[in-house]
Amino acid sequence: MNWITEHKLPMGQWMESFVDWLTGNAAGFFDAIAFSLEWLILGVTDILLFTPAGILIAGIAILSWWLQRSIGLVIFVVASLLFIANLGYWSEMIETLVLVLMATFMCVLFGIPIGILAAHYPKFNIAIRPVLDLMQTIPTFVYLIPTLILFGLGVVPGLISTIIFAIAAPIRLTALGISSVPEELLEAGKAFGATRSKLLFKVELPAAMPNIMAGVTQCIMLSLSMVVIAALVGADGLGKPVVRALNTVNIAQGFEAGLAIVLVAIMLDRLCKQPNRDR
Amino acid sequence: MSTNTEKNMIEIKNLDVVFGEKPEQALALLDKGLSRQEIIDQTGSVVGVHNANLSVKQGEICVLMGLSGSGKSSLLRTLNGLNPITRGSLKVCDGDNVIDLANCDENTLQHLRTHRISMVFQKFALMPWLTVLENVAFGLEMKGIGKKERQKSAMEQLDMVGLSDWAHSKPHELSGGMQQRVGLARAFAMDTDILLMDEPFSALDPLIRAQLQDELIELQRKMKKTILFVSHDLDEALKIGSHIAIMESAKIIQHDKPEDIVLHPKTPYVEDFVAHTNPLNVLGGRTLMTGLDLLTTEQKNDERRIIIDRNHHYWVRLQNGKVEQAGKGDDILPVGEWQEGDGVKGQFAIATPDISMRDAINLRFSSRLPVLLQEDGQFTGVLNDNNFYYALLGKHFVAD
Repeated sequence: MNWITEHKLPMGQWMESFVDWLTGNAAGFFDAIAFSLEWLILGVTDILLFTPAGILIAGIAILSWWLQRSIGLVIFVVASLLFIANLGYWSEMIETLVLVLMATFMCVLFGIPIGILAAHYPKFNIAIRPVLDLMQTIPTFVYLIPTLILFGLGVVPGLISTIIFAIAAPIRLTALGISSVPEELLEAGKAFGATRSKLLFKVELPAAMPNIMAGVTQCIMLSLSMVVIAALVGADGLGKPVVRALNTVNIAQGFEAGLAIVLVAIMLDRLCKQPNRDR
Repeated sequence: MSTNTEKNMIEIKNLDVVFGEKPEQALALLDKGLSRQEIIDQTGSVVGVHNANLSVKQGEICVLMGLSGSGKSSLLRTLNGLNPITRGSLKVCDGDNVIDLANCDENTLQHLRTHRISMVFQKFALMPWLTVLENVAFGLEMKGIGKKERQKSAMEQLDMVGLSDWAHSKPHELSGGMQQRVGLARAFAMDTDILLMDEPFSALDPLIRAQLQDELIELQRKMKKTILFVSHDLDEALKIGSHIAIMESAKIIQHDKPEDIVLHPKTPYVEDFVAHTNPLNVLGGRTLMTGLDLLTTEQKNDERRIIIDRNHHYWVRLQNGKVEQAGKGDDILPVGEWQEGDGVKGQFAIATPDISMRDAINLRFSSRLPVLLQEDGQFTGVLNDNNFYYALLGKHFVAD
């Protein structure tokens, strides 16, 4: 059986030389991305940190009332935020929030158009399906290494890894939503003279909106689940104290930071939940 | 000669519709005379419509009738380009121009859909996220009309179908009948000459269906649209259609006026359909009556009497072809012109041959006497029990 192992296929080396080639030839491109993303994230984070916590909490409370019209949720959100501030993780929470929202924003920006294309062109859909599977199943640490090399240490490789992990959800659900628009609605749209773009914006997207929103909510949750891993490559946020607690076997710190993450997750989930609208 | 009402709004010639990857192949087999099923087996293509010829004049309601799978919806959907035309021509009036849908570009099709042809769907096809008003305004929005203006005219249409109170509700809050009224309003809002209706009332329960049929007939009286209406229900077709085209396995097998369909079914298939309809709404006095030429006369004293019922000794006497006197045996009975409603017991009613079978039976019942038919001052025939029985039993098209 030696012949099987005698000539090992150099899969790893191929990937490595590909990444080497990228760093050698496209370093400027990746640096530009890294620089602008980092500038954007740090800028938004600084603005939010500069704002007094009280004003921000009030703002978030108003936002949650506007989104869900539930007094219970407003109370929960305010209490959670005050609790996190009390634990001393206010700035970490803001950093995490910015990272998550930025990642979600990017996922929506690219994921929804890709999802629409996938719904309209079945061949494209077949082509991207294995890629999406790969992006969702490959262990995060595996692509953390090349992103780290390409984008350098800091928040950007964390963001990129988060996007890779989370973008499949909005793509899939957008494609599902668009392709399950009832045939009769499409026919009605066409029969009343909708052009291709009007059909998309006036019939397909509104009809698929519940699915698309579900995709966005999932995307937010998936992004949040990446904060600890993003912290490993140097992204600031609630992941950092968790990693630190792990290294120093600090049960207290780990528990508190973990609790803060859970609270942020519950808040985001409740805020993004589709209000029980009539179908 | 060609007045406006006689203009052909829709003219379909030798139209074939084939669904599938290789329509040419299917057409070749079709020309060889293969059946639909054989063509599906050999090519995988489905023949939707085969060699259809149909013309619809302005103001007509033409009903495409047939069972599911007969191709009636396929034919309807070619009219606004939802189905492709594989071969043949389909000409639609566009103002003073004529557009052939078999070879028209995207822009022309767009123009037809926004200005000439609108459609009502079986399952309503209302956008669930839009309000009733926005749904009615949907087509106008596609037309590029500004928000204020389109909401105003949508409101007018809603008013017409009696739903203005529901303008700001969502479609799912409405009953099926109301939803379809919204569908109708949406189509009417487009102010098109041609209306396509794809089994619009099939999804509704019978009472609501009858009600909406009446409303449609009433609206049509005012609007004078050209309507192509798909139905699988011959009763419905007979009720609302001014013409009926019956389809069977992708072909139009008979295109006639409703009465002619009932009286002269061309194939056993149509006959089968007709046998299960209710003739009350379709047939009129003219087709039911025993004509003057079939009645016998009798000389009594100095008078020539026409015997209209030998068993009961009913007779009429004419003067210059007009009913002068009528009676039973030696008695003379009163005679009255009938306009509407019930007849008077014991008085002969004179109606025109255009009287519907329903009214005629009611007259016969309420007056207890045969109904006399007179047109332009000329006695033309009589309606008696045997005429009604024949029609009710579906035997009226048997020559006797």
